[in-house]
Amino acid sequence: MREKIYRWIFTILAFSSLVFLAGIIVVLFTEGLPIFKTTGFFNFIFGQSWYPTYEPPEFGILPIILASVMVTAGAMVVCVPLGVGSALFIHELASENVRSILKPVIEILSGIPSIVFGFFGMVIISPFIQKLLDLPTGLCGFTASLVLGIMAIPTICSLSEDALSYVPKSYREASLALGANRWQTLMQVVLPAAGSGISTSIILGMSRIAGETMTVLMVAGGSAVIPTSFFLPIRPMTSTIAAEMGEAVVGSNHYHALFAIGLILFLVTLVFNVIAELISRKYRMKLGLAQ
Amino acid sequence: MKTKNIALAVVLGLVMSSGTLSAAGKKIVMEGSTTVLPIAQIAAEEFMKMNPEADITVRGGGSGVGAASLIDKSCDIANMSRAMKDTEVQKAVGRGVEPKAHVVAMDGIAVILNPSNPIKSFTRQQVKDIYTGKISNWSKLGGEDKKIVVVSRDSASGTYEAFGALALGGAKLRKDALMQASNQAVANTVGATPNGIGYVGLGYITDKVKAVPVAGVTISKTTVLTAKYPYSRPLFMYTNGAPQGDVKDFFDFLLSADGQKLVDEAGFVALKEKK
Repeated sequence: MREKIYRWIFTILAFSSLVFLAGIIVVLFTEGLPIFKTTGFFNFIFGQSWYPTYEPPEFGILPIILASVMVTAGAMVVCVPLGVGSALFIHELASENVRSILKPVIEILSGIPSIVFGFFGMVIISPFIQKLLDLPTGLCGFTASLVLGIMAIPTICSLSEDALSYVPKSYREASLALGANRWQTLMQVVLPAAGSGISTSIILGMSRIAGETMTVLMVAGGSAVIPTSFFLPIRPMTSTIAAEMGEAVVGSNHYHALFAIGLILFLVTLVFNVIAELISRKYRMKLGLAQ
Repeated sequence: MKTKNIALAVVLGLVMSSGTLSAAGKKIVMEGSTTVLPIAQIAAEEFMKMNPEADITVRGGGSGVGAASLIDKSCDIANMSRAMKDTEVQKAVGRGVEPKAHVVAMDGIAVILNPSNPIKSFTRQQVKDIYTGKISNWSKLGGEDKKIVVVSRDSASGTYEAFGALALGGAKLRKDALMQASNQAVANTVGATPNGIGYVGLGYITDKVKAVPVAGVTISKTTVLTAKYPYSRPLFMYTNGAPQGDVKDFFDFLLSADGQKLVDEAGFVALKEKK
């Protein structure tokens, strides 16, 4: 009897997150779709002007989408080499002592709240970059990419390190036994074997960057123009929602437009996560780790 | 199966009801503009000190949120840094709510520059040209040959709307303006950007920025109250119909000399100037 009760309790708990997910999806669709009817799909996605509070309002989110794409791409340039590089170092080169310090420290980085990163970027990095490069303002795509890239390092590093450690020892031993040196073994045996695990980590890092809000709100500047340079202020999707949702009239077109941006963002990160899941499943099978 | 259904119903019920919990009894809920928030907060604290049985909750969220919750009847007082829009009033009337405006204070919007900027004053036209994109270099105004970094509040804020109406006459803001999420962030950005220009509420002028006279008038409490300063605006609190009971007592307090002293302390302009 008691066992049965526990069983129900845990079943309910497990399914509750499904309920929340379903609720979120339903709300995003019901609140987001009306704008496609009033503005038109093409005008909404490819419109170049974002003037939500004027008469007549304009809801063109192309500059906002491109800003998200740009800042994500920029952040990847920062976090992929650093994240994968640190994973390789921790796994292949570091001694036990170094590893036991480095790994937890990198993981602490992931526990820092994003507002702290945003504050750091706004108060320290942005004025520094402005002076260093003699820019009109340091609040720009470059600074945002840099800070977001740093934020995504722990995700990529710790997942890549896991992927490296899943490579069976026999692979490495076989390669070394055939006379390959350490570098050849790493580049031609270990990396290809861990490749899909590392790709998964990169995609999950990307999904974290694309969804990051507080930092870009504080650091990216927030101009809704089509981004033409990394050194100009830009306004990604997340910060648009965060900055305007509080003041949008509930039920207005502006309100629906913000939900529609959220919907697009949700679909994009969903695609990222599905791809990551597919790759990692394939990879587990390849290494014979599937049950 | 049945247990699961009941549990689901409970979860959903909780999620849904949290939005509609209304203010019952003596509890007063105020919600809305972050600009009006400091006034609401300090006035509520003082009022509760004087009337220990009163219970006032103050929430931010923005003018739009305030209007929406007044319409939903989930707040008693909506704080707003702009007047209610026609669409909002219509919606309220449709739901049987009769929004009544109360001006509780005056606020001035200062045009601020980095202290290192040599510019001494603006005409209204110059401010408009900078913010609409006609002027993009300080040299056109007699300053250095540097690009102007235009800083604005995000396009949904009450301050932005007030500035858009008062300074731009409804013209569209240039697209490349930096959007900041709060008055404080605008002041910080201009303070850190030598070629920046921004606008903030009177209470947010710090020593890291300088407020520049517009049309020959320096912003001050007096010039805002007399509306000599061009970018002056009233701050509102809206109620459903004429205030009654505790809500009425609250307004009586806020509009009294003591209440208006708190407005002054919060950095805004009291409705009656005290000598």
